[in-house]
Amino acid sequence: MIKTKKKSYWDSTITSENKWFDLHFKEILKYRDLLWLFVKRDFTTFYKQTVLGPLWFFIQPLISTILFSIIFNKIAKIPTNETPPYLFYMSGIIAWNYFADCLNTTSSTFTNNARMFGKVYFPRIIIPISKVFSGLSKFILQLLLFFIIFLYFLFNGNDQIFISFKVLIFMPFLILQMACLGLGLGFIISSLTAKYRDLNYLIGFFTQLLMYASPIIYPLSIVPEKFKYIILANPITPIIELFRIALLGKGDFNLNMIAFSVISTITIFLIGLLVFNKVEKTFIDTV
Amino acid sequence: MKQNVIEIKNLYKKYKLGTVSIDTFADDILVFGKNLKKKITNKFKENSIYTLDNNDIWALKNININIKQGEIVGIIGNNGAGKSTLLKILSRITLPTSGEINIKGRIASLLEVGTGFHPELTGKENIYLNGAILGMRKYEIDNNIENIIEFSGVHKFINTPVKRFSSGMRVRLAFSIAAHLDPEILLIDEVLAVGDADFQKKCLKKMENIAGNGRTILFVSHNMSAIESLCTSAVVLEQGEVKYNESATKAIQLYFSGSLKKIVKEYKYNQSNATGDERLKILNIKVEPFKGKIISVKSGITFTIKCLTTLEKTSIFIGLSIYTHNGIMLTHSYTPITDPKNLKSGFYTTKSILPNNILNKGLYYVIIWYGISNVEKLAEIKNKAFFEVMSVSDKTSTREVPGIINPDITFKHVYSKK
Repeated sequence: MIKTKKKSYWDSTITSENKWFDLHFKEILKYRDLLWLFVKRDFTTFYKQTVLGPLWFFIQPLISTILFSIIFNKIAKIPTNETPPYLFYMSGIIAWNYFADCLNTTSSTFTNNARMFGKVYFPRIIIPISKVFSGLSKFILQLLLFFIIFLYFLFNGNDQIFISFKVLIFMPFLILQMACLGLGLGFIISSLTAKYRDLNYLIGFFTQLLMYASPIIYPLSIVPEKFKYIILANPITPIIELFRIALLGKGDFNLNMIAFSVISTITIFLIGLLVFNKVEKTFIDTV
Repeated sequence: MKQNVIEIKNLYKKYKLGTVSIDTFADDILVFGKNLKKKITNKFKENSIYTLDNNDIWALKNININIKQGEIVGIIGNNGAGKSTLLKILSRITLPTSGEINIKGRIASLLEVGTGFHPELTGKENIYLNGAILGMRKYEIDNNIENIIEFSGVHKFINTPVKRFSSGMRVRLAFSIAAHLDPEILLIDEVLAVGDADFQKKCLKKMENIAGNGRTILFVSHNMSAIESLCTSAVVLEQGEVKYNESATKAIQLYFSGSLKKIVKEYKYNQSNATGDERLKILNIKVEPFKGKIISVKSGITFTIKCLTTLEKTSIFIGLSIYTHNGIMLTHSYTPITDPKNLKSGFYTTKSILPNNILNKGLYYVIIWYGISNVEKLAEIKNKAFFEVMSVSDKTSTREVPGIINPDITFKHVYSKK
């Protein structure tokens, strides 16, 4: 009786309890303006004091595309599913960049923001979520660039390529899955590096390795049966393949692959979310 | 009768000392294993959190405080007394080790202003960002933006990147944002240490207004005059425990007299806990009247400092600075303790005399250091040695004048018609 009376009087109670499933969704909603401002900050400060400004969003994927085409297609003679190499690589790079961006920017949440986190409280999860959205703005801009180049190839009489609208409507799900996977891994790594920094040294190396295990510079169709299970164990593989079907009309997938990929993404994301939520409450004592 | 808005019950906070390494990793695994075992065998004792391991310290120990709506509560204590830790737990930056805090209303904290300012963004953009970090919604900032800019006094620069702001301007902008937060409870940690005198006055006024509107303020500061003039009550923390919880004036007196009683007349150290290293240690500091029995304006003051050195043939200096209780340096003086050629290892005692009619009635502290001339500091006392100068009382009256210094100013009066 007294307890319920008390509960109605006090707005909040701080105790030493740190529960795993204490996720404050309502609070995150309350801070949505902050989320938006962080995204805006990341976007505007990205090209402050540069001559080329927002053009930098396009230069990096363009140069990578050209390099990849020369090295992997012209020199190493890796086929590209009979689609133009420039479009093949560019679609892969754009999708991969978004995933890698989500992973890299969220995996240092605690260490990079320790100063701010030590001074003021807001739901820490706002920071990694904002990184996913700032990455998204970059991704959409790069996608526009892709469509421009795509149209150029189309009008120059290339009849091998076509946009598969049936798959394209699933694009938001593909993006969501890439974001959740990157964010989930980022949650886990940022929580693990809050106290022990060892993993920091691995993360750059790890993303690079992961890229080679994903069908970015080669199509899934040319992977020998012997190695296919490695590539298929990577949840990003079907995302990239579906992405290519949507944009170029060519790629391999089956429902098993997709089911596996979605389930592993959800698992990683949930584990990450719980670990992050647990660590955020006291990490400032150990950082 | 006003209602409680904060209730702190049996609050404890434990901190681990030392660095993070492979050893702590091993410890973590051991602790994890122990906890798991306890949970499995179901013999988990509540008491176990109250025991301290080797490297643990209590930052807060059994804190019980109730704060009523509309109060301005000062929190005072020496460095490391746990003031900031308390505010950190209240503002949810970290969790307590045990205990409970009940809060009514929205809490906003002002722990070191300007956190989260982005140097590349303009003043205006930063108002929005910082406001949102502190928990404001966008429409709240929209409603207040004019007031915030006006109060900060930086309207000329509001569209300039913050990196071009002077540090004073940044602080002013940051304080304005926080002052317009309009929370039910405001936590403030030593913000008035920055900014010019005019702005400090403005801040104090603003804080009074905030409290006048029924808001509650918790205010950590070393600025005793600010605490005394602003706060309705004050809590004195000492080594993580509540020492006094009294009216502001009473608490400040107790805080100082506490440190007076314990430290003043003689600071004695044994050789193991003395300040300094094996080359030189400060063993003893004594503050006493030069003439008479109490330190007063007329008595003059003798400082006797004893050190032990193992150095030889080195040029060692002793330095002495006198500060007012709120940290204004009044003077600094230094001298070699002996001719470098003659320095032998052993004890050296220095007597230093401050003449009478210099310090006025009040509370002061002295800081002593030893150093090798122009090379390095060997030892500096960690704790401030407080001493109180009394007003002169003769048989007929007590003569008190305002001010920090009290020299014998002579007057000569000459009359002339033109």
